[in-house]
Amino acid sequence: MSGFPILNLMLLVPLVGAVACLKAGREQARMIALVTTLVDLVLGALLWANFDTGGAQWQFTERANLFAGFQWALGIDGIALLLIALTVFLMPICIGASWNSIEKRAGEYYAAFLLMETLMIGVFAAQDLFLFYIMFEAGLIPMYLIIGIWGGADRIYASYKFFLYTLLGSVLMLIAMFWMVNAAGTTDIPTLMQYNFPPHAQTWLFLAFFASFAVKMPMWPVHTWLPDAHVQAPTAGSVILAGVLLKMGGYGFIRFSLPMFPEASAQFAPLVWGLSMAAVVITSLIALVQHDMKKLIAYSSVAHMAIVTIGLFAFNTQGLEGSMLIMLSHGLVAGALFLGVGVIYDRLHTREIDRYGGLAINMPYFALFFLLFTMASIGLPGTSGFVGEFLSLMGVYQESSWVALVCTTGIILGAAYMLYLYRRVVFGEQKNADAAAMPDLDAREWAMMVPLGLVTLWMGVYPESFLAPMRKDIALLEARVAVAAPKGDAQVKKGAAKPAAEHEAAHGEAH
Amino acid sequence: MSSILFIVFLPLAAAIIAGLGNKKLGFVPSKVVTTGALFISCALSWTIFLSFLNGSAEATVVPVLQWVKSGDLDFAWALRVDTLTAVMLVVITSVSALVHLYSWGYMSEEPDQPRFFAYLSLFTFAMLMLVTADNLVQMFFGWEGVGLASYLLIGFWFRKPSANAAAMKAFVVNRVGDLGFMMGIFGVFLVFGTVSIPTILHTAPQVLNGSTIGFLGHRFDTATVLCILLFIGAMGKSAQLGLHTWLPDAMEGPTPVSALIHAATMVTAGVFMVCRLSPLFETSPTALAFVTFIGAATCFFAATVGTTQTDIKRVIAYSTCSQLGYMFFAAGVGAYGAAMFHLFTHAFFKALLFLGAGSVIHAMHHEQDMRYYGGLRKHIPLTYWAMMAGTLAITGVGIVDVAGFAGFYSKDAILEAAYAKGTELSHFAFFMGIFAALLTSFYSWRLVFLTFFGKPRWEQSEHIQHAVHDAHGHGHDDHGHDHAHGHDDHGHHDAHSDGTAGYHPHESPANMLVPLGILSLGAVAAGFVFHGAFVSEGTGEFWKGALVFNEHLIHAMHGVPDWVKWAPFAVMATGLLIAWYGYIKNTRFPAAFVDQFGFLYRFLLNKWYFDELYHFIFVRPAMALGRVFWKVGDQGIIDRFGPNGAAWVVAKGSKAAVKLQSGYLYSYALVMLVGLVGAISWVIAR
Repeated sequence: MSGFPILNLMLLVPLVGAVACLKAGREQARMIALVTTLVDLVLGALLWANFDTGGAQWQFTERANLFAGFQWALGIDGIALLLIALTVFLMPICIGASWNSIEKRAGEYYAAFLLMETLMIGVFAAQDLFLFYIMFEAGLIPMYLIIGIWGGADRIYASYKFFLYTLLGSVLMLIAMFWMVNAAGTTDIPTLMQYNFPPHAQTWLFLAFFASFAVKMPMWPVHTWLPDAHVQAPTAGSVILAGVLLKMGGYGFIRFSLPMFPEASAQFAPLVWGLSMAAVVITSLIALVQHDMKKLIAYSSVAHMAIVTIGLFAFNTQGLEGSMLIMLSHGLVAGALFLGVGVIYDRLHTREIDRYGGLAINMPYFALFFLLFTMASIGLPGTSGFVGEFLSLMGVYQESSWVALVCTTGIILGAAYMLYLYRRVVFGEQKNADAAAMPDLDAREWAMMVPLGLVTLWMGVYPESFLAPMRKDIALLEARVAVAAPKGDAQVKKGAAKPAAEHEAAHGEAH
Repeated sequence: MSSILFIVFLPLAAAIIAGLGNKKLGFVPSKVVTTGALFISCALSWTIFLSFLNGSAEATVVPVLQWVKSGDLDFAWALRVDTLTAVMLVVITSVSALVHLYSWGYMSEEPDQPRFFAYLSLFTFAMLMLVTADNLVQMFFGWEGVGLASYLLIGFWFRKPSANAAAMKAFVVNRVGDLGFMMGIFGVFLVFGTVSIPTILHTAPQVLNGSTIGFLGHRFDTATVLCILLFIGAMGKSAQLGLHTWLPDAMEGPTPVSALIHAATMVTAGVFMVCRLSPLFETSPTALAFVTFIGAATCFFAATVGTTQTDIKRVIAYSTCSQLGYMFFAAGVGAYGAAMFHLFTHAFFKALLFLGAGSVIHAMHHEQDMRYYGGLRKHIPLTYWAMMAGTLAITGVGIVDVAGFAGFYSKDAILEAAYAKGTELSHFAFFMGIFAALLTSFYSWRLVFLTFFGKPRWEQSEHIQHAVHDAHGHGHDDHGHDHAHGHDDHGHHDAHSDGTAGYHPHESPANMLVPLGILSLGAVAAGFVFHGAFVSEGTGEFWKGALVFNEHLIHAMHGVPDWVKWAPFAVMATGLLIAWYGYIKNTRFPAAFVDQFGFLYRFLLNKWYFDELYHFIFVRPAMALGRVFWKVGDQGIIDRFGPNGAAWVVAKGSKAAVKLQSGYLYSYALVMLVGLVGAISWVIAR
């Protein structure tokens, strides 16, 4: 498939679809959107099938000089491949989730979604610094629109918050990018990843990028936009927000902060660890007392993303690969959980946990899927949630036992808030007649849940499929950051070899 | 030995078929599939066990699938079979098969039967994955898998708030232990560079010899840190003191579940783990001392609480907790063979006691309070004899050097080992164990006397009154939807003065009695038949290195003074006498005792106030902190001085919120545009 501009095509297809949607009515628009996203899904599958695992670092590269040194430069490594795959996988499901629930200005709605798909794929495929920047920032505009126009009652406030947080970070990042291009003399991302910036410059470059990525992630304490955005967004908006947009922060750390500023990353690792530890504990506790389903899952997302950041800043293979797997898994699982909430929201039009109860009685298959995703969310082995979490925490344990201990409490708190949610929504008596009358999943909802469920299990049982494509890229990254990585606190010391007799005596005592 | 693949995966396949097929598949097919799969697994397991028993089998590992490979970390799905696994295989599959069969009768009125059987089979699969694990992560998979199944089964009657609360509590408390387990695995990988169990055990003595590790800012002995972390996991799963609070509540689940999961198999996973990793634990005397102490303390604590409970299932639950304590201090003093032996015999007699209790509950129309039992011996004689067999086994009835019931061999082996070990701590464990044996005898016989002897006290029971009223045609059944129904064909119409309220308990159907019979056989004979293999001198042959088998200790066990050998018998007889005096001879004695020692009674009745304490120091603060972080932290500080503060500034310049919204977009686009223009001009001007 060399020479075939598959990445360009993957960007172009949704863009064409978006334009077509703009003028179409509701029924046509959603059909166009579905077909378009499915075509992109097929292209994504082709991309993965033709990706040479263990081959060149950058594949499917496409370059065109636009003007004055700016390049239309695309290309992917294993990391980008996986995130693109996640994007194209979730998009048809988002369209499916919007199928009946979006009534006003449907054409524009689907156009916004398709535009966002183009921009998201663009973020992961961009190999030019400014191209990345444009995609990265512009990708958020359709999201503002989706929240601001098709959102809930408080959508204005939510989209405003979303905007305000992201604005500050992106301005700083842009300034830092100018400085970098000036210093390195290139906008080419692969080159910049090899470039050694002077350590003192790394410090503030890191902070400028950090301002942007920490907000996107989101890390505590710049996370408060997320619960509001999720609560107000329509179901599909939440799915794509949790599924892909949150991953841009993590992708940013992997692609920019760690390889470009390794010394500064090591220097600021304690800051990242501290914020992540705070996030795990604080946002988990907050999730415990929520009354709104979406808010609860949104807060849980912050806690999960904190495990991503500690894995990234563990500077070792397990941590980095674990973080990538959490991102993929969280994309599926949080997406699926929001989808599940959407399924019952479409029926009862409320997100109040207390309005539900006993859904296992009238919606048994919904209960089954919701259980699967709940268990994946709390990291049950055998589901996708476990592998990433386990690797990340194992990675950070090699750096600091304190960080590992505090972050591992997330498995207790996570179980508490998710099972508490499940208990109130699915178990118990049927409290309200309208909730008790809700029908179980229909064919459309089955079609959305089954693929998510299967991939969740697949990633849990045989994660090798997802680890293999990125193995080489993570190894390269690890080699680059390992030099500066702080020493762990374990410092295992072999005992001064005791005389054999003494050893025997110690044993004999036990006999 | 590829039959292990069938043993492990048949129950999984059955669970999937019954679970997804559910009501579309129908009751009988789903029950046949699951029960059939379990009986096949059981037969294959016994084949393996017998081949280990006659020494013809060798430890093998059957690889299944690559799991995770990340840098130096590499582990796969694989099934390991050695003697230790073989013992667990027969315990798990036998009890599980019998519980499946028993549930045909016990759950026969249940509208959700396929779901129940699917959960049971799923549990069995997870438990088998646990005991066949060749690496720590697969063990953790099984560990969490059984936790999931336990959660689902405790909460099987999901309409009941108490069942839901108990299910959640079980999962969350277990997760506290899992935190230790996970940290232990992390530590093991850090130190050994692998999570493969054979490699760890093989290299542990060299790697850990005198090694120290930094942990939470201090330096400790490496082996101690690793073992204690892993043991915290075992404490959670095996309900040891401190992390035991979930087990009594777990009795909310259907009784067959209590027999399978919360008595015979899952709760013994912690003991299995310590035995499996025994070469690792042997490297840390400190960790072993900790294991001994926790085991002894639990065995004492749970036995004291067991003496005051009135719910028949809770008595047996505390009894389980206490017996697990015995197994742990056996492991702690180095008698891993004895620990496994007690695990083995306990599985049979405790499953028997639970299933027998289920048969009583079935006969008594869901009444679980022993205060409302009495005189059942004549009404349900087969259940009575089964319970007797279980009680004789758990109290350890037997004559030294002659013969006895199952518990006699295994419990005495543990006590003798604790004495023979000869350290202060092991003597502490010995005396705790002896005292707990006294209490065990007391509460077990108390259970039997309250249930089967004396006069019926049924008329005070609401459940019985419901049953009688239902039979009379007035009143309605408002509790029965979540229970298997008992017998509603009661004919008597007169008021009765004999305490029966006109209720006639019926013996359980054959599909419940057959498992009781088979387990009774185990309770009577398992000790006699197998003690030679498990705990005699020279049985290192049987274990073949699957656990640390300390020949010196076994030798010393035989040399303990006679009073040590006879002490268990003496306390067993004493406990029986006290129970006989208090519950048959002079039935006013317990009340008088309670009057005199009210404080002690309330302390025990309220389970040492652990639940209250935990609620006060963990649950309430967690909720309160959550609210503070949310309302004060997120909304009061971050939002107020962050976006809302900015909004206030922005809003000053603009009145209409709607305009604002579009305003953001324009300003955002503007910033981007300015930035891009800047970028372009810079590139061009360069």
